[in-house]
Amino acid sequence: MRSEDEPSESSEASHGTAEPSPSPREDGEERPVRADGGDDIDIPSVEAVSGTGIPIRGNDIDTDQIIPARFMKVVTFDGLGEFAFFDLRFDDDDNPKDHPMNEDRYQDASVMVVNSNFGCGSSREHAPQALMRWGIDALIGESFAEIFAGNCLALGIPTVTADTETIEGLQQWVEDNPDGDIDIDVAEETVRYGDTEVDVTVDEGQRKALVDGIWDTTALMKSNEQAIADTAAELPYVEQA
Amino acid sequence: MSSGTLYDKVWEKHKVTTLPNGADQLFVGLHLIHEVTSPQAFGMLRERDIDVARPDLTLATVDHIVPTADQSRPYSDDAAEEMMAELEENVRDADIDFLDPTTGEQGIVHVVGPEQGLTQPGKTIVCGDSHTSTHGAFGALAFGIGTSQIRDVLATQTIAMDKQKVRKIQVDGELQEGVEAKDIILEIIRRLGTEGGVGYVYEYAGEAIEDLGMEGRMSICNMSIEGGARAGYVNPDETTYEWLEETDYFQENPGEFERLKPYWESIRSDDDAEYDDVVTIDANELEPVVTWGTTPGQGVGITDPIPEPDTLPEDKQDTARRAQEHMRVEPGDTMEGYDIDVAFLGSCTNARLPDLRRAARIVEGREVHDDVRAMVVPGSQRVQNTAEEEGLKDIFEEAGFDWRNAGCSMCLGMNEDQLEGDEACASSSNRNFIGRQGSKDGRTVLMNPQMVAAAAISGEVTDVRELEEVVSV
Repeated sequence: MRSEDEPSESSEASHGTAEPSPSPREDGEERPVRADGGDDIDIPSVEAVSGTGIPIRGNDIDTDQIIPARFMKVVTFDGLGEFAFFDLRFDDDDNPKDHPMNEDRYQDASVMVVNSNFGCGSSREHAPQALMRWGIDALIGESFAEIFAGNCLALGIPTVTADTETIEGLQQWVEDNPDGDIDIDVAEETVRYGDTEVDVTVDEGQRKALVDGIWDTTALMKSNEQAIADTAAELPYVEQA
Repeated sequence: MSSGTLYDKVWEKHKVTTLPNGADQLFVGLHLIHEVTSPQAFGMLRERDIDVARPDLTLATVDHIVPTADQSRPYSDDAAEEMMAELEENVRDADIDFLDPTTGEQGIVHVVGPEQGLTQPGKTIVCGDSHTSTHGAFGALAFGIGTSQIRDVLATQTIAMDKQKVRKIQVDGELQEGVEAKDIILEIIRRLGTEGGVGYVYEYAGEAIEDLGMEGRMSICNMSIEGGARAGYVNPDETTYEWLEETDYFQENPGEFERLKPYWESIRSDDDAEYDDVVTIDANELEPVVTWGTTPGQGVGITDPIPEPDTLPEDKQDTARRAQEHMRVEPGDTMEGYDIDVAFLGSCTNARLPDLRRAARIVEGREVHDDVRAMVVPGSQRVQNTAEEEGLKDIFEEAGFDWRNAGCSMCLGMNEDQLEGDEACASSSNRNFIGRQGSKDGRTVLMNPQMVAAAAISGEVTDVRELEEVVSV
């Protein structure tokens, strides 16, 4: 579990538990480096995610808010965790402001509960990367912008949706129960918290990719080399490689 | 389920297979890369010991971090220099063409692709940048992707995508004087909302769209993503073909134009194509649109009142109240007379030659207001050079504008061009998110380039039609 104060480098370590496969982001561990040409990469299945929650309220939260552009002047994603929602969390002198991500009770959270059109705007993968490196393993919201949801999927992070009433109820419950576990069953499309179980929606393609462990598509697509070449050969504007 | 649309046809032609997760694997005809979102993808490839599959179908430029004043190397900003150096190394190792600033071809990725003649009808085009939708103006299927997807494209020249629905947006009638393509798209986003396009691709059609030049069509497709639609396109026509024929690519490859034209014609939406949704807009009724809030959907006609939050849909009320507080505007007022401190004429939305020409005609013979700092950042070195030859630079400079080198600049404040404190900016760019232009207290008012010019002159948001000389599009 993450226990150090934010912001710090230790925010890179994540703490949620993906079941039943080992989490891709166990405490303090880097993801395995894949240097095998991409054919035998072990991509964990993400059938379920459990952890405590953090509510981030508001519609149309854009990726400029999630990670301001000035923190993107980097050539790796390392260290982005401490800059997540930076301008909403800190004032001009870097003093903490009122924000859920600054509250002690949410420091171990791994499930972010958001409202509608979360992640709109820029295509920057820096946004989900920053959230993931802060410690987020899954998001539950009213709706997500498309590119953002796709970027989350590419990192093995579910973005599950439910109606406004359900989300507001869950946000309130998280406030009242910051230490309470939220269990997201991606395969069964349910979320359980306290004594409550609600139905949620996981986009069909996302669900299959996560549950079957095929959310990292590089190796999968690379294995279709002949079909790729055949498709390209039929396109009048593509010269043969 | 749509059928017979350009989207359906281009999709089918590029479909490699259906993947086990249900997504389609699509071949990518052109992959554009820049310095901000690609270095991590090259790093992932190195980790996996994979080479770039099709460097011949990949093109690089530098735009987001490039300084627009002093461009001598090394850049004064160490972080910018590091990103530039990393891109140079990556494209050299992979043998990818790079339009760096020494080539005279550098510029914003969505300006240079079309200039080079590489943005073509019926291509699939991707880039790690949400405004890739711009290229749809040529009848390409173009969308923004994240860095892990850039890795996929570099490794395989393909991408995994779910097919979307198609909404036709029919814009009938004619634009009035002072009203531009930018106003059409701001009106579309105002009506359909910032998330109205999620799950859709937009086909822009109708008389008002057909009447636009390629630059205007690009301004519209560019901002599709601000309405939630990942891609938007216009069917190719004679206007499209005229642009393409003039480009270096087709000038240097004789016969290619005639050889490819039948393909371009074949992927146009059929007359009896079926759409998942159709929306109609009357261009005759449009006036210049400006934003009053902090999302591109919070727009209003220049003579119309800023809405009362209570009158908006329930899920928009809270956002509207906070936006009005941030912008310091009052419901019931119009945006006319809103004081501005900065005028920014630039970005992948509105920094092409006709944009600068129209703005220059407003500026000519006038002076920038004493309280305003005004800058022009051309979209590319080609735009810059041509504008200088035409005398546009002189017009802007004589009026008191700062004339800069090409780049993304103050659209997103990743270089030194940023708002300071709570400055208000009349901006021809695409996003008015809080903090977008480099200051979290900054205030952005989106508008068309003529309106930016008018605001620069008067020091406040101004109806350009009220100025003496008005330019027709």
